[in-house]
Amino acid sequence: MSVLVWIEQTPDGPVSSSWELAGKGRELADALDGKLVALVMGAETSAAAAAAQAHGFDTVYTITDPALANYRLSAYAAGLKQAVTAGGATVVLAAATNFGRELTAYGACQLGAGLAADAVDLRVEGGKLVAVRSVYSNNILVDIVFETPVQVASVRPRSFPLLEASASGGEITALDLGLAEDDIPEKVLESKVTAGSEVSLTDASVVVSGGRGVASDPEKGFALVTELADVLDAAVGASRAAVDAGYIPYKHQVGQTGKVVRPDLYIAVGISGAIQHLAGMGGSKVIVAINKDSEAPIFEKANYGIVGDLYEVLPALTVAFQERLG
Amino acid sequence: MKIAVLIKQTPDTAELPKVSAEEVKSGDVNATMVINPWDEYAAEEALLLDDRFGAGSVALSMGSEDATDALKHALAMGIGEAVLIDSSALGDADMWTTAAALAAAVKEQGDVELVLTGKQSVDGNSGALFAGVACKLGWSLLTNVAKIVDMGDGFITVERMVDGGQETVQAPLPAVVSVAKEINDPRYPSFMGIRKANRANIPVLTAADLGVSDVSATEWANIRKPEQVETEVVIIEGDSVAEKAAKLADAIMAEKVI
Ligand SMILES: Cc1cc2nc3c(=O)[nH]c(=O)nc-3n(C[C@H](O)[C@H](O)[C@H](O)COP(=O)(O)OP(=O)(O)OC[C@H]3O[C@@H](n4cnc5c(N)ncnc54)[C@H](O)[C@@H]3O)c2cc1C
Ligand SMILES: Nc1ncnc2c1ncn2[C@@H]1O[C@H](COP(=O)(O)O)[C@@H](O)[C@H]1O
Repeated sequence: MSVLVWIEQTPDGPVSSSWELAGKGRELADALDGKLVALVMGAETSAAAAAAQAHGFDTVYTITDPALANYRLSAYAAGLKQAVTAGGATVVLAAATNFGRELTAYGACQLGAGLAADAVDLRVEGGKLVAVRSVYSNNILVDIVFETPVQVASVRPRSFPLLEASASGGEITALDLGLAEDDIPEKVLESKVTAGSEVSLTDASVVVSGGRGVASDPEKGFALVTELADVLDAAVGASRAAVDAGYIPYKHQVGQTGKVVRPDLYIAVGISGAIQHLAGMGGSKVIVAINKDSEAPIFEKANYGIVGDLYEVLPALTVAFQERLG
Repeated sequence: MKIAVLIKQTPDTAELPKVSAEEVKSGDVNATMVINPWDEYAAEEALLLDDRFGAGSVALSMGSEDATDALKHALAMGIGEAVLIDSSALGDADMWTTAAALAAAVKEQGDVELVLTGKQSVDGNSGALFAGVACKLGWSLLTNVAKIVDMGDGFITVERMVDGGQETVQAPLPAVVSVAKEINDPRYPSFMGIRKANRANIPVLTAADLGVSDVSATEWANIRKPEQVETEVVIIEGDSVAEKAAKLADAIMAEKVI
């Protein structure tokens, strides 16, 4: 019996929320009286495997193969299956990134296992995983109970604290992919996956978002939002109205039809606070609203607010934080 | 060649906050039911592909016997046919049971080369059903697709959105494709389309017709509303903008969130 965590690699290194699963996975493995096992796949695996070791996994499986240079579902699913068998895994976890969600879903179906997609909490009950999911666009919570011997979950980033590396690692074991290039039907013709200097929205502990309130001068408005975000080391978000108006690309959209974020601090600038926006950021720890309309619904959700013009408030706030954060 | 579009009927998003735990438990949600907004993109893409490649289209939806409004919306947009898969004999079907039934229904349509789906349902929120359909059919799976570049000679080439960028991928047909919002702008049904849809006869397939049974691997337990944290907003006052900003920065620093 073991808990297996897929450590996804990106051009910037392993997906950071993998280390949340290192911490939570340990708790689950202890409750199940089993081992905590990592799986690293790629054309190169040594650095990520060493990082997994340093995060306390008992065993780190590596599958190193040129065919794994780009993520491809059928190849990665085959690798996942190898590791589940090798490790006798009954619980399989991955961060709920695009690839993580896809791989866990397809992999679970292939393994005849139940799936909890985008889970926000995990525990063990009666020798099995129980996963908490947020459904109806964050308006209902459910416990997912499993009826299958193998239980699979993708886990929303920022659901658990990050485990610090402590360099107390287990062994690294190499597995074979067991597939030749010709066995893999998908071909990646072009990949424009860039190492990001931008802080990722879903991983960010601070998010500053702009809305239609910047309409009178969108360029300046989002420049001011970005300046504040830079000082706070924050990611930049947006409302759908701002995205639809073309002020900023869709990948920044927060809300029901955008990204769900749960930062420690969310600053909503010129955003009214529509239900569909709240669905994407309502779980933030501290919410701050800057809006010139004191009646804006966002103030009903916010912990702090300034009623005022964002073009005046943002520069002042950026200066105030610069003074305090150095 | 035919394209199957998977359509779910879901509550109007503006009414989601009103949905109670009891309603979800009983499965009898008291809200205006519409086509899952993400599935409009799948239906639109089927119509565009029909124009490009001359493929016919059929919309499939699994739900209770009266869940035909979403299918009518797809018909009104221009989708050729619609079939309802009656879920009443399948209990609290999880995504794998739903996938098994929809996969069987896809096969029933004959010559389907491509299944299009939305990115996720606004009630179930799994973004996983399509993975189950691809897995049960043994077809290629391409998710989060922003553009269908080409289709033919047994292959489909797409651009898909991935974390941190985009990639162009080719996979063999038949395939299951979930579409991203970047792919198109769904059209509004025309007046003529709505009239046609209202007169359409929507055949119903049962679990028995499809030879599927409940293979659910998971169950929903302890269905509840998230705890509502009552917040009382502190509006920062001050004589100048600079003073307000300074006070706000102090308050945020005191929260120890940065
Ligand atoms: C199916 C569906 C899905 C949706 N999904 C999403 C989603 O994912 N995310 C999302 O955000 N929305 C979503 N929406 C849209 C949502 O309903 C709102 O329309 C949208 O969130 C409004 O954006 P906004 O707050 O920026 O704009 P508005 O509602 O127009 O608010 C602008 C605010 O800026 C303030 N303001 C104006 N000028 C200034 C100034 N100079 N200084 C300070 N404040 C100023 C105004 O007082 C106002 O409160 C969805 C809607 C539907 C129907
Ligand atoms: N009951 C259903 N009937 C038809 N299609 C469905 C059904 N449930 C989900 N889908 C399709 O699968 C996609 C993903 O749904 P989900 O996995 O529930 O988030 C949706 O956008 C639909 O296209």
